[in-house]
Amino acid sequence: MHFDAFDRYHEKESILHRLDPRVKVVVTVLFIVSNALLPDGAWLAFALAWMFVLASNLLSKLGLGYTFKRSIIALPFALIAITVLFSIPGNPLTTFRLFVWDFTITDAGLLRFVSILIRAWLSVQMAILLVAVTRFPDLVHALEHLRVPAILTTIIAFLYRYLFVLTDEVFRLLRARQARSAAAPGSRSGGGVVWRAKVAGNMAGQLFLRSYERSDRIYNAMVARGYVGHLYTLNPHEMKSGDYYATAFAIAAIFLMQVLGRL
Amino acid sequence: MLYAPTPLHIPDGFLNLIVSLICWAITIVTLGFAISKTNKALGEKQIPLMGVMAAFIFAAQMINFPVAGGTSGHMLGGALAAIVLGPWAGMLVMTAVIAVQALLFQDGGLLVMGANILNMGLVTAAIGYGLYRSVIGQSKGVKLGMIGFAAWLSVMAGALLTSLQLWLSGTSQLEIVIPAMMGVHALIGIGEALITVFAVGFIMQTRPDLLGEGSESAKASRNWVYVGGIVALLVVLISPFASGDPDGLERVAIDMGFIGTGLDAPYEIIPDYTVPFLGETALSTIVAGVIGAIVVGAIIVLVGRGMKAKS
Amino acid sequence: MPVTHLNSSFAPPECDGEVLSVNDLQFAYPDGHVALKGISFTLCQGDKVALVGPNGAGKSTLMLHLNGILNGHGMIDVAGKRLTRDNLPAIRAMVGLVFQNPDDQLFSPTVFEDVAFGPLHMGLSEPEVRARVDSALEAVRMSAYRDRLSHHLSVGEKKRIAIATVLSMNPSLLVLDEPSAGLDPRARRTLIHLLRDLPITMLVSTHDMKLVEELFPRTIVMDEGQIVADGPTCDILEDEALLSAHGLEKP
Ligand SMILES: Nc1ncnc2c1ncn2[C@@H]1O[C@H](COP(=O)(O)OP(=O)(O)OP(=O)(O)O)[C@@H](O)[C@H]1O
Ligand SMILES: [Mg+2]
Repeated sequence: MHFDAFDRYHEKESILHRLDPRVKVVVTVLFIVSNALLPDGAWLAFALAWMFVLASNLLSKLGLGYTFKRSIIALPFALIAITVLFSIPGNPLTTFRLFVWDFTITDAGLLRFVSILIRAWLSVQMAILLVAVTRFPDLVHALEHLRVPAILTTIIAFLYRYLFVLTDEVFRLLRARQARSAAAPGSRSGGGVVWRAKVAGNMAGQLFLRSYERSDRIYNAMVARGYVGHLYTLNPHEMKSGDYYATAFAIAAIFLMQVLGRL
Repeated sequence: MLYAPTPLHIPDGFLNLIVSLICWAITIVTLGFAISKTNKALGEKQIPLMGVMAAFIFAAQMINFPVAGGTSGHMLGGALAAIVLGPWAGMLVMTAVIAVQALLFQDGGLLVMGANILNMGLVTAAIGYGLYRSVIGQSKGVKLGMIGFAAWLSVMAGALLTSLQLWLSGTSQLEIVIPAMMGVHALIGIGEALITVFAVGFIMQTRPDLLGEGSESAKASRNWVYVGGIVALLVVLISPFASGDPDGLERVAIDMGFIGTGLDAPYEIIPDYTVPFLGETALSTIVAGVIGAIVVGAIIVLVGRGMKAKS
Repeated sequence: MPVTHLNSSFAPPECDGEVLSVNDLQFAYPDGHVALKGISFTLCQGDKVALVGPNGAGKSTLMLHLNGILNGHGMIDVAGKRLTRDNLPAIRAMVGLVFQNPDDQLFSPTVFEDVAFGPLHMGLSEPEVRARVDSALEAVRMSAYRDRLSHHLSVGEKKRIAIATVLSMNPSLLVLDEPSAGLDPRARRTLIHLLRDLPITMLVSTHDMKLVEELFPRTIVMDEGQIVADGPTCDILEDEALLSAHGLEKP
C-alpha cells in the first residue's frame, strides 16, 4: 500500500518542470521574501505578484487554478491575525457587540489584516507550485548545491525515503488497534483518556524500536556497498541557458513588484 | 490531510522579514553547533540512524488518540527526539522533519522556517533533554514524571515563542495571542506529555540500553540541565507576566532596543516606504539606488551566462 | 551432528578457481547466542548454490560474515584474498550482498542514486558510475526504471533493483538472502529467469524448495549453526530423512 497522498509532484511536460531545481528554489524563496517586504496595501504590487503566480501556473501546464485550489491550507492560521482588525488605531469602520465586549474595526486594521492574508496566500501558492513541478529528490539536490549542510540534506533524503515505509507501519498499527477496540453497540470503546494515551504511547515506542532496528539493517546495507562514513553523490543537474534567462526574468519581475509597491 | 497541522506551524506572510531573519540567524547558529557536535561525537552509524529517526518522528506525529468531542491527542516529538537521540541529533532530526513538512506539504512557510525550527525543534529539544538530564539516576517514576513535565513545557515554550514572534511582527496583539496560544497549548501539551511518557516508558522496559544514559560527560550533562532549567524558568515567568501585564513586556522590548521608542506599536519595526533601519533620508534613497543597480547587474550577469551555457 | 556427504553419485565438477572459501567459522551474538558453530565450505567459479535450513538456522548470520559486517572466528577467503580489516573495501566490492528486505537495501530516494551508491563509494569516476548503473539495470531488465522513485516500486521490482544495486559493483560473488520471499508467481518467475541468466557465482538462501530444485545444481543444508549436508541438489531432495530432520519439504 502506498500513501500517494504524500506525493505532491505532478508529472507534466512543461518549461517549469524542466527548469533546474536550484532556479526554482531560489526564485520561490525570492518571491516569498519579496512578499514579506511589500508594505501594507501595496495593491499594485500584490496584483503583479498574483499575475506572476498565475503565469507560473500556466507555464507549468497544471492549469490556471492549480495552486489557488490548494492554497486554503494557510487560512486557518489567519485566526491568529484577526486581532489586528481591532487593535490598530485608525478610523473606525464598524462596531459590533460580542457578548459583553464592543469590537471596533478600524480602516488601518482592515488594511493590515487583508495585507497579511494576501502575502500569506501568494507565498503559499508559490511553495505549492515548487513541489508540484519538482521531484522531491531533485529539490534535495538543489538544497545540497545551495550549500545546505550535507548532514541535513542526507537526513531529509532518508526521511523522504522512509516516510512512506514508516507511515505504512503506523497505519497498520492504527488499524490493528481499531480492530481490537471494537465496542459493544451503545457503549464507548476503550478505557479512559489516559488508557488510550497509553496505547498510543506504546505504539510510538514500538515504532521507535522497529525504526531503530531498521536503521541498523540500513547501515549494514550501506556498509556492504562500501560506505565508510562519508556520503558521495552525483550532481545530475547542469544550468542551461534557459535556466539563466528564467532566473533573470524572475528577478526582474520581482524587482518590479518591489518598485511598484513603493511608488 | 493525514496528520493534523498544529497551530505552531507558522505560514509565510505572518511574520515580518526582520523577525524571520533574526529567527533564522538563531537557528542557523544553533544548527551549526549541532552539526559540529554530531560530526565529532557520533559514529558513521549515526547518518542512517538520524535519517530513519526523522521518518519515525514524522510518522509518530500521526499516531493519535481520541480525547473528547472529536478532538484527538498528538505528539510533536521534539522532547522525545532529544531524549532518545541526545539534544544535538534530536535538533537535526526535528529540523529535517519541519523542513519536509514545509517543503512537501506547505505546513509552515519557507521564509519563516527558521522560526518554526526554533520554536518546534530547538527549544523543545533543549527543554526536553535538559529537564530529563536533571533526573538521571533517579527512580523510573521520577524520570517519567519529569519527562511528562518536560514534554508539556516544551510545547508551552514553543507556543510562547510563536506568540512573541507574531506580536513582534505586528500580526497579533500580545494580550490576546498569549493567553489564546498558551491556553490551547496547555491542553495540546497534555497529549504530548502522555504520549512521550508512555513511549519512553515502553522503551525503558524493552530496550533500556538505547536510552544511553551514560553517554555524555558530566560537564556537558550539567550544562544541559542548566539550559533546560533556564528556558523552563523563562517560560514559567514570561507567560503570566506577558498576559497579565502586556505593557510591561512592551516596555522590556523597548528597553532592550528591540522596539524603537516613539513608535506607537511594535508592528512598525519596518517603516514601510524606506529601507529598513535607515529611515526616510537621502541615504535611504541612495541605498535603494544601489540595490537597484545590483539587481540590474545580476540580471545582466545571468543573461550573459545564459548566452554562454548550452541550451 | 555429523555432516552427511552424499557422495554416492557425486563427481564434483572441475573447480576452476575458488571464489569463496570459508573455514571453521564460529560466531556468537553479543547476547551470548551461538549462531555459527564451525562452518566450512567452498564455492567455485560459476557455482550456483542454494543455502537452505529452518528459521534461525544461521543462514543470514553466515551471509553477514561474507563481507565482513559481522566478524566471527575462522577464516574467509574471497578469490584468494583473506578477509581482514585492511582489505574490507576490496572484499566488499567483490561480494555483492543483497538483504532480505528490499526496503532496507534501497535506502535512496531514487533508483538511480541507489544503484550508483556502490560504484560511487568504490571511488569510480562519474562516467564510469553512470555506465555501471546502466549496465546493472540492463542486467535486471529494469532500464526504464532508472529515474523512478524507490517507494513507488512493487515488491518484485524492488527485489530486482536491489540485485542491480550490487551488480553495479561488478562483484565476483553474489550473495542473496531469500530473494523470492513475498513475490507473486509472475514476479517469482521473472526472478528465476534473471538468476539463471546471470553469469556470476552465487550463494542464495531460501525457503523456496521449488526454486532450489529448478535453479541450483548444489545445495547446502544448515541447521542450528552447522552445515548438516552439502551436495548435489537432486540427491539432497531425494533424502527424505534428511529433509524432515531439518524441517524441509520436498517440492
Ligand atoms: N542481532 C541478534 N542478536 C542475537 N541473536 C540473533 C540476532 N540475529 C539473529 N540472532 C539469532 O541467531 C540465530 C540465527 O539467526 P539467522 O537470522 O541467521 O537465521 P536464518 O537462518 O537466517 O533464519 P530465517 O530463515 O528465519 O531468516 C537465531 O537463533 C536468531 O535468533
Ligand atoms: Mg534469514
